[in-house]
Formats: sequence, C-alpha cells, structure tokens
Amino acid sequence: MQVPPPMAYFLQQLINGLVLGSIYGLIAIGYTMVYGIVGMINFAHGEIYMLGAFLALIAFVALSAIGLSSVPITLVIVLVVSVTFTAAWGWTVERVAYRPLRNSPRLAPLISAIGVSIFLQNFVQLTQGARSKAIQPFLRGGVTLYGGGDGAFAVTVSWLQIFIVVFTTVLMIGFTLLIARTSLGRAQRACSQDLKMASLLGIDVDKTISTTFVIGAALAAVAGMLVTLYYGVIDFFIGFLAGIKAFTAAVLGGIGSLPGAMLGGLLIGLIEAFWSGYAAAEYKDVAVYGILVLVLTVRPQGLLGRPAIEKV
Amino acid sequence: MLTKASRTTFLVPLRDGVLAGLVALVLAFPIVGLPTSETAHGLVLRPRIPEAIAFAVAVFLGRFALGVAEAGKPRPILLIALLVAIAAPFASAAPEFGAALAIGGLFVALRSALLAFPGVAGRISGGIRVPPVAIKRAPLVLLLLLVVLPLTPVIDRRLLDIAVLVLTYVMLGWGLNITVGLAGLLDLGYVAFFAIGAYAYALLSLTAGLSFWGALPIAGLCAAAAGLIVGGPILRLRGDYFAIVTLGFGEIVRLVAINWSSLTGGSQGIAQIPRISFFGLADFTATPDPGRRAFHELFGISFDPAHRQIFIFYVILALALAVNAFIARSRKLPLGRAWEALREDEIAAQSLGLNLQRIRLSAYAIAAAWGGFAGAFFAVRQGFISPESFSFLESAVILAIVVLGGVGSQLGVVLAAIVMIGVPELVRQLAEYRMLAFGVAMVAIMVWRPSGLISRREPSIRLGDAT
Amino acid sequence: MSGDKLLSVEHLTMQFGGLKAVNDVSFAASASAITAIIGPNGAGKTTVFNCLTGFYHPTHGRIALKSQHGTIELQNLRKHQVSARAKVARTFQNIRLFAGMTVLENLIVAQHNRLQRASLFSFAGLFGLPAYRKAEKDAVERARFWLDRVGLTSWADAQAGSLPYGQQRKLEIIRALCTEPVLLCLDEPAAGLNGSETAELARFLRELRDEHGLAILLIEHDMGMVMGISDHIVVLDYGRKIADAAPAVIKEDPAVIRAYLGEPEAA
Repeated sequence: MQVPPPMAYFLQQLINGLVLGSIYGLIAIGYTMVYGIVGMINFAHGEIYMLGAFLALIAFVALSAIGLSSVPITLVIVLVVSVTFTAAWGWTVERVAYRPLRNSPRLAPLISAIGVSIFLQNFVQLTQGARSKAIQPFLRGGVTLYGGGDGAFAVTVSWLQIFIVVFTTVLMIGFTLLIARTSLGRAQRACSQDLKMASLLGIDVDKTISTTFVIGAALAAVAGMLVTLYYGVIDFFIGFLAGIKAFTAAVLGGIGSLPGAMLGGLLIGLIEAFWSGYAAAEYKDVAVYGILVLVLTVRPQGLLGRPAIEKV
Repeated sequence: MLTKASRTTFLVPLRDGVLAGLVALVLAFPIVGLPTSETAHGLVLRPRIPEAIAFAVAVFLGRFALGVAEAGKPRPILLIALLVAIAAPFASAAPEFGAALAIGGLFVALRSALLAFPGVAGRISGGIRVPPVAIKRAPLVLLLLLVVLPLTPVIDRRLLDIAVLVLTYVMLGWGLNITVGLAGLLDLGYVAFFAIGAYAYALLSLTAGLSFWGALPIAGLCAAAAGLIVGGPILRLRGDYFAIVTLGFGEIVRLVAINWSSLTGGSQGIAQIPRISFFGLADFTATPDPGRRAFHELFGISFDPAHRQIFIFYVILALALAVNAFIARSRKLPLGRAWEALREDEIAAQSLGLNLQRIRLSAYAIAAAWGGFAGAFFAVRQGFISPESFSFLESAVILAIVVLGGVGSQLGVVLAAIVMIGVPELVRQLAEYRMLAFGVAMVAIMVWRPSGLISRREPSIRLGDAT
Repeated sequence: MSGDKLLSVEHLTMQFGGLKAVNDVSFAASASAITAIIGPNGAGKTTVFNCLTGFYHPTHGRIALKSQHGTIELQNLRKHQVSARAKVARTFQNIRLFAGMTVLENLIVAQHNRLQRASLFSFAGLFGLPAYRKAEKDAVERARFWLDRVGLTSWADAQAGSLPYGQQRKLEIIRALCTEPVLLCLDEPAAGLNGSETAELARFLRELRDEHGLAILLIEHDMGMVMGISDHIVVLDYGRKIADAAPAVIKEDPAVIRAYLGEPEAA
C-alpha cells in the first residue's frame, strides 16, 4: 500500500505524539491527584520522575553488569526497582516537606516544594554527576507500516513505542479501576471534598495522602523508566521541563480530574509532536507554555474539570 | 527490666531512629551508593556502598539523638552533638563525610540547645526580636558602612566584586518584594524582567549607541511594558496558578533569547557591551577615545583600574537604595496600602471599591521596572550576557532570598542575600553545595517558620501621627 | 413606609447549574430605613447580597439603585464598582478583615478611591505634595470619628486580626461606613455576639438610620433584633420570596410560620 508522503509524515508525527503523550499523562496523574486532595502544586513531582529515570538507569547498568540478557526479566526487575525506590522518595518528600505545612498559608507548601525540587536536582547532580547518561538501545527493531522504498517517507513504529503505548494504556485502565472500585479511591474522593470531614468520618487522612504521593511517585517512576528506554539519554535536569509539561497537561485536562490528566497528557504530546513536525521545533516548549497561559486564563477549570464557584 | 521512663526516653527514639535510618538507607542506597560513570564501553557502576551506609547511620544517629533530646534529656545530647560537630572534621578520613557529620551535629546541637533552654527558644520562635532602637539605627549604620566600604583598606577587588554581586541580589530581592511581600503574588518568573532589562541595554548601546545612563530608563520601561502586557490577563488567576504561569513567562523569555539569534546572539549571547561611563562625562580607561575624557584626567588623579569598580559599586548601591526608598514611601501611599489589602483579603478589598486588576498590575509592572533597571546594571557590569544567566534557577534564588529573609521585610532581604550569595562566594569550597543547601533551607524555613525569618510588620500609619 | 425607594430588586434569579438559589425575587429598600432579609438556612439570603454587590452576576433580573446621577443598574457592575460607583458597602458572614494590618489601616484602605484621586494616583503622594497630606489627614479624621463612635479608638494601632471577635465585627461595619455608602448591606452582623453586644449593635444601627439617613439591608438570624429594629422584612424560603411586610405582620404570616416551623401536622 502506498500513502502520499504528507500523509506518511503526519502519521509519523501522530505516533511520536502518542508515545510522548502517554508519558506526560503518567506524570500528570501525580500532579492532578495531589492537587485534588491537598490542593497544592507538587512542584517537585518532575524531580521525582527524574529520580525514577535515574533509578531505572542504575538498575539497567547493574543488570547488564551481571550479564542478564533476557528482555522481559530485565524489564520487570528494572520496573520493580525503579517504582519501589521512587515511591520511597515520594513518601519521604511528603512526610518531611509537605505534611508539616498542611495548615499553613497557601503559598508555603509551594515554596517548600520548590526547595525540594532544587534539593533533588542538586542531590542527583552531586551523587550521579552532571554529565548526561546514555545507555545502549534496549528494545531494538519495529514494524514498518508503510514501506519507504524508492525514497518515499517510511512510517515506522518501533516495538518500544508499541510497548510504551500499550503499557501506559493498561496501567491507566488499571489505575482508573483502582480509584473507582476500591476503598482507597473512596477515601481519596472523601479527602478531596473536605479533609476535616473525612477524618471525622474515620478516614485516616495522613495515610490516604501518603498513599496518594506514593502512587503518584510510582507512576512517575514508570514514566521515568519509559523515557530512559525511549531516548536512552537522561540527565539530572530532565525533571524540570517534563514536570512543567505534565503540569500543563493536568491543567489542560482539568486539574483534579484523572481522565483529564490522561487526555491532557495526550494532547500535550500531540501538540508538541505536531508543532515540532510542522512549525518551529525550537519553539515547541514555548508553545507548551503558551498553551498553559491560554488555558489558565480562558478556561481555568480545564477541559474536563468543573468550574469553581467563588465562596464569599 | 526497663522502667517506663527509660522506655519513652530511649526506646521510642531508638525505634524512630531505626525507622528513619532504614528509610534513609532505601533512599540513599541506589542514588548515593551506586553512581554510574561513563567509560569507553558505556556506563558502569562505581559502587560507593560505605557512603550510603554512612549516610543512613548519620540519619539514624541524628533522629535518635533528637528523639532523646525531645523526650527530656536535651543537655547530654547537646554536649555530645557539639563534641561530634567539633571533632568530625578532624577525625574523619573523607572530608565530605566529616563536613556532613559536623553539620548534622550542629543541627542536633542547635535543636537540643533550644530544648534545653526553653526561654531562649520561646524568644526566638516568637520572631527574632531586636530592640526597636537597633532596628531604627541598623539600616543607617549599615548604609554608612557600605558608603565607606570601597575606601577602606580591608577591601580588595574580589571582596568588592562580591559586595556588588550581593547588592545586585539585594536590589532584585527588594524589587521582587513588591510583588511577593506587599502584593502577595508569588512571581516565579522575575528573572524575565531582569533579562529584558539586560538585553534592552545591550541592544540599545550596541545598535543605537546609547550610553548606560541614557538606556537605563528605557530598559526599565521595556521591562515595565512587558509586565503590563503579561500581567493583564494573568493577574486574575489564583495564587498558585499565577505562580506557575509566571514561571512559564520566565522560561518563554529565556527560550526566545536562545532562539531569536539574529537579535540576541542566541545561546552565544552578546559580548562587548559598552562599559559604564562617569555619568557620560568621562570614561574609565587609561587611554580615552579621541574626543572623550578619562575619569582620572577629569579629577586630575592617576589612573587606577579600580576606579571603575568602585564607581560600579556606588551605582548599584544607589539603585538598591532607590528601590528601598520607593518601597518605604509607597507603603504609606494609597497604592501601597491597597497592595497589602489585596494580599490580606482580596474579596473584602474589592467590596471596598479596590480595582483588583489595576492595583495588582501596578505592583507587578513596578516590580518589573526595578527588575529591568537591575538587568541593565547587570549587563553593563558584566559586559557580556547570555540566556544562561536568566534561567528559572535565578528566579528561584531571588525568591528564596525574599522568602528566607521574611516576606515583606527589607532588612531580612539584606541578611538573606549576604548569607545565600555572599557566604558561598567567600568560601569557594562550599560553592558546590550551595544550591543543595538552598533547597534544604527553603524547606526547613517553611516548616519552621512559614512566614519567614523576620516577619515583623511596621504599621504604615498610626493614629497619633496625623495630629 | 416612605415612598422613595432607594433600591429596587426586580425578578432576581440566580442559577447555579440546575439549582435556582434565588428564584424570581423582587423587593425594595428605602433610605433611612432598615430592611431585613430573613429565612431558614439555605434560603438564598447571602446569594441576594452577592448579586447586589457584584460577586455574582444574576441569571435574570434587575437591581436598580437611585443615585444623584440617575439610576444605576447594580447587576452590570463589577465587584469594585459597586462600592466605587454605586456607594453600596457590605460586610461578610465570616468576618473579612485585613488581619495583618492595623485597625486604622483597615479604615484608610476603605477610603482608597478618594485618596487615590487626591494623590493623583499616588504620584503626588510619592513626592509628599500638600494636597495628598491634607487628604490623608481627612481620611484619618473620618476613621477617628467612627472609631470614637463605636469605642474602638484605643485599638486603632493594634493588628486587626488580634481584636476580640465582637470588636472585629464592629471594625468590619465601620470599615464599610468609611466608604461613605448610601446603602449598607450587613450579613449576619450579630452572629457570635453576646446579648449586650447585640443590643449595642441594634442601637448603633438605629442611629445610623436616624442620624445619617442610611439605608440598611440586614441579613440576620437573631429574631429579637430583627423584629426590634427593622422597618420592613423580606422573608425568603428555598430561593423564593414568601413574605414582604412590616415586622408585626410578618410575625402572624402563616407562610412564614410554616417555613420556620414546618407543615403543621394534618388535623
């Protein structure tokens, strides 16, 4: 089958955008859940994702050092290591830097979060080095959808891209079920309505909030691992930009809304891919910031959020 | 058999300590203990397990000691912690480890000292209370010291350089204090205005041949105009949304500076920006261009390269003082009071007829103008600018100075700038750890005193004053 | 009741999603009179206030206020314009002071617009011109007048947030008065006050009506006070107006009794 080159180019950007978008969506869930429950922007969430990427990288290097070559086993071990340790960081950050500030003026936790973010960046820079880290391509090969013979533009999907999209989709479905069906989800919804009331009704608020941070960190760790696999290069600074983009995704989808975070993630990924593909690639980050400003000023409740009524 | 008392004094802290130590081990083991290193064959691990364990042990000891101190035995802990803090740098083989132990020891010592002597603790946690006379006199004394500083023999070029740097941050801190401290708006993109001012001066001087003194007001106006344009739509946003959007604005300015190479020189930046002149009357050079006079000729003294530096010092001092005077004055004006009222309660303020948008916009744009002035000064002092100098981290540093000093406190900003900018410059060995400490300090101060170190507010008017 | 209606609310409706918090409510308020709005919790009283003072924009209806420059339609004004242009001031159910500022500063902020004009938008003030100094002196005098009036003078330089509850209520009211309103809207001013404080408040409101010719719109749950000082009472229930008359009539109104006490059991 032959597709005209513009169409092929479009498809390639679409695939790139979907992959990028799934990763942003995973990070955005952490922002949106925390905002929904404690009403703060966890500015350090991008750094948690960066930690997840580094932990995955360390696990990779360790596994290849002992000569493990089975792809599925490597993937599982790396995933477990990265998720476990990153979740521990997420838990600790909440415990040390946010919990004592729960009843403080609104901006105090945000400033504390910026402090955590600066700390984590520099901590990783000091312990792991400032240079960017590259690993060998891990999952090679892919499918060529439309052959690129006789110089035509080829549309390829790598196994890795398929894996990322499928894995995040499964994860998000599972996660949505978890929130919809379990007592944890109920406790989270109660806390997002009214912390005091939830605790009066016998919900362990501290535990619910801790769990929320742990889940957010775990999903960010998955995103970090996928990015390490996908790009093969990370450094201590990747959390900042990814964090902002994921936050933009959460706002775009409607902060506090889980489907919104996923939708927002996908949209931001697509916008970024198409902007790079058709407009000026060097301004792709400007485009994302522009969208953030636009959404917040025009429709602050986002696509799937409900508008807040000002209480007087 | 343990008595109940010793159980609560030792066992509970022991349990907490072990838990904290275990968590620290989990956190540190991969990140600290398993650093990756680049080789010709790709990445390899260079394990540093002992460091990770030492880190966990230190956390365990610290938490345990704190627990015991809190459970009623602060004095012995204070003694031990002090001993550790003093001995650690000498006793430990690895300097980093010694330093970490010393800092940890000092922290524990400080905490147990506060517990051991609750009177002092109460006084400190009630705000650092300085006698009113001292508060009144301190700025004057400080000012006099600063004015004579360049003329004293103790000062050398390096110290003067540091002083100029600290004063630049003081000026930025004061400027940002208009938005953050007075108007209560968390601006995470203040560096954007600093950048706009810097580029405005650099471009005006290079293309239109304007002198620093001619370009300075224009640089401020450019920054203020940017503030007006950006502020218009975003000032209605809720506090934390506003903060994130300003961050976005700061990044946009930086990215534009990087990518609009034809105008800004891209990431290479702009070099050879014309140096400052003595109010356009004379240049600081041994050999002036034809038709220009040299500073030393003007005053009939011998040429000294330090003259320019000393002049630069006085320029930034004057600029910083101008911001300070402006803030002091505007706090007593309707506009300044309206800023504060909107910070306190925007709903009540609007019900009293205050136009939220316009009043906030004025605060944002005025702070932007001061940022622009500081930027122009930065460009003329460095002679070179590039987008690297205007990253989000700069905004965070300025914000940290404002927050750590105590939001709204002018003196606090000076103290914080000295501690955060001056000290690391003086002690170069610490420079590597500066940002790490910055982050920790921001968290610690928020947890300890959510309203900053000095949170004393002077009324802008008293009933007795008017009569 | 006097014939000149200062404020007339016509067919006011405020809808949130599917809920009509206020449904086709009309009433009027006169100068030199106290008009009370009462009703069970959730009847829509505060929503009416929020529509009046620009915090909500009503779904339907017209809120007309007579002024020297003709009639002003309040529903078209933005929050700050309600005070600045229409001279309508309000207080809040849960007191909203500028807690970190002093009592006097609270009262000076209330005179912001006048001071801004006098100081040429703060420019003249920046350089300490005499016109501004005079204006500021006047503002302090106005503040002092009201402070003396309610006995808060000795608190003038204290932080507003540090005042006892009852004093905070008073401060919020005189802060509203410092804007020199023609209509003062008080949202549960007696909530949390003890008996003697309530009596003092009632006396003060009467004086405002009689000596200053102020129109007062009052939301209140303290029925003793409402019946004692109101010239006119509007009763809301589930967003609808169920009665609108003098206190003596309201007391006997079967619809009002039903709203407060529930349906009498079937005979």
